[in-house]
Amino acid sequence: MLTAISSRTVAYDAETFESFLATRQEPAWVTDQRRQAFEVYRELLATELDPEEWKRVDTRAFRPEKFAIGTASQSAASFGTLLADRAEFGGIVSHVDGVCSVSKLDPDLASQGVLFGNLSDLLRDHGEILRPHLLTRGVKSDTDRFSAWHAAFWTGGTVLYVPRNVEIAKPLYSLIGLAAEGAADFSHTLVILEEGAQATLLEETSSASATASGMHIGAVELLQGSRSNLQYVQLQNWNNKVWHFAHQAGRVEADASLRWSVAGLGARLAHIHQDVYLDGKGATAQVNGVTFATDKQLISYYTQQTHNAPNTQSDLLYKDVVRDHARCVWRGMIKVAKDAQKTDGYQRNDSLLLSETCRVDAIPGLEIEADDVRCTHGATCGRVDEEQLFYCMCRGLTRSEAMHIIVEGFFQRVYDRIPVEIVRETLGQAVERKLGIGGE
Amino acid sequence: MSSLLKITDLHVSVDEKPILKGVSLEIRQGEIHALMGPNGSGKSTLAYTLVGHPKYEVTGGTIEVDGALLNDLDPCQRARLGLFLAFQYPVTIPGVKVADFLRHAVTNVRNPARKEGEGLIPMRDFRKELKDRMDELGMDIEFARRYLNEGFSGGEKKRMEILQLAMLQPKFAILDETDSGLDSDAVRVVSEGLRKLAGPQMGALIITHHERLLEYNVPQFTHVMLAGKIVETGDASLAHELHNHGYATIRLRHPAEAAEEQERQKVAVAGAAN
Repeated sequence: MLTAISSRTVAYDAETFESFLATRQEPAWVTDQRRQAFEVYRELLATELDPEEWKRVDTRAFRPEKFAIGTASQSAASFGTLLADRAEFGGIVSHVDGVCSVSKLDPDLASQGVLFGNLSDLLRDHGEILRPHLLTRGVKSDTDRFSAWHAAFWTGGTVLYVPRNVEIAKPLYSLIGLAAEGAADFSHTLVILEEGAQATLLEETSSASATASGMHIGAVELLQGSRSNLQYVQLQNWNNKVWHFAHQAGRVEADASLRWSVAGLGARLAHIHQDVYLDGKGATAQVNGVTFATDKQLISYYTQQTHNAPNTQSDLLYKDVVRDHARCVWRGMIKVAKDAQKTDGYQRNDSLLLSETCRVDAIPGLEIEADDVRCTHGATCGRVDEEQLFYCMCRGLTRSEAMHIIVEGFFQRVYDRIPVEIVRETLGQAVERKLGIGGE
Repeated sequence: MSSLLKITDLHVSVDEKPILKGVSLEIRQGEIHALMGPNGSGKSTLAYTLVGHPKYEVTGGTIEVDGALLNDLDPCQRARLGLFLAFQYPVTIPGVKVADFLRHAVTNVRNPARKEGEGLIPMRDFRKELKDRMDELGMDIEFARRYLNEGFSGGEKKRMEILQLAMLQPKFAILDETDSGLDSDAVRVVSEGLRKLAGPQMGALIITHHERLLEYNVPQFTHVMLAGKIVETGDASLAHELHNHGYATIRLRHPAEAAEEQERQKVAVAGAAN
């Protein structure tokens, strides 16, 4: 049984904010940071959202007052997770309705100075490590009302800190769960890799029930020192009643490499503002996206690859499949600063439309100030090719089986770029499930 | 008892334009039939129609296997009844591995009642079988891991068609110019491959312009198409004669169809010029 949060409506006003603060025992600098963010939130709430980013994202049916921040742990709730139990993890952190329910780390890693746990707890014990990084240079609270809202009300979230030159071989796992009807989640994922560190973090969002509505006002910060190597996966797999708004940013220093894969499968409406900054010479980032929207889902991405230093490389590939009345929006931008010479930037979005009534908007863009760069972008959009279907059917596949195998093949190009086998498998199975094939 | 593919007075239109005008043909399991004829005579149309391409509309006549009518069956159902087309231009299926594709195909064809999501043939058995067939065709096992026809050369694509034929073991195989566009080595490989597969369990309809494929796979029957009809049927020597002398004598012997062919070409040229 899930406990329902009371049906009263929640205004995210000064009163709510003060009583929220009263529930937190936090260092003064955190409270100050929240107060500033709350002021910004109040201002930005009265400001129009940037039409460039938002004009294709219809949020009129979104009622934030219906979603309340939970306080009771829902650790008894069970989740149909895709990734958990698939591999031996170096550590596991779970949050349910914003409250940390599980936090484990291999003692061997802990002894090397690795931190992996809940943001609220780690701030108390290791505030001096986190303070320079939390909401300062990755996600900025003043970007828009959602980032400010998050910065004022974040409840917890998974923190990974890897000290200098520590390499973690086993992947770490983080679950963000929503359980109670009307629950709000303000999880903050914070990953800090010091110089030369290496880690893989697999994160998954999941709903305990298919019917409970929810809200995620999230943020992800991936902050990498030079020569560090991070692989981060976020598999968004909410039920279709969740509103998902997230600011996600990666900052990559010299000769560091980031491999960032996102999957968007769930949510009623999801909008993700994803920023990758190549800050140091020789930094590289590979960004992979798999999106499968069905029914009336709207899944939207606003991606930016910002090259701030010379000899940096970014490579983004998003592939989306859209069916029924669903809609997918991708607005991508490569920005190259004046002295980021020898930048190699690439962005590509491919869409496959499975119905007459679905829709895709793909808008690539370039803003280049340097004069010696190679930047390419592209977008394709099409329906399943009838000759491909015919060929498959001639080999004994039914029309729907052929359609499914073609969809899976369409995503395969992205899977090929993800070196973690369990992630490839998981994505493949999640897509199969959504296609309506395979078992539970 | 051997199966029979029976085509009776088949009329087919594409975009409401009649292409086949009464084709009748019977192929038994174990027989090899050659189908020849000049470009545009309707050979490929017959091939596509037999396997059920939706663009080819049957306006009259029947296609039957052992008395069961195929006219209204989709390509998947026909494949499960034992029909196979080796494509002249095999289609690329991006991101779909040869092995995965074939495992689905083989399972469905061997277990025609299978529904999507039901079990596939065991991986171990399938792998062994695939490797054996690939060895026989001189194919590198690495091909099984590649995406179907993606980045394949012309010869590799045709060999992949023959591999699929070998794995699916159809009752009736239609080979649509499987030897075209290949160098002589590749033609030899494909021809030998087909010879290994042909036997009492397979009836073959070989559409070809060349003779090599037929040297390795000597037809019991040779059919010649002209303007959407089979105008002559003979034995292997007819194929040989056509290869050496072309279709001039055929046109002389069948002036009505020859005139129709000329008329069609005029229309086609005029259409192309517009």
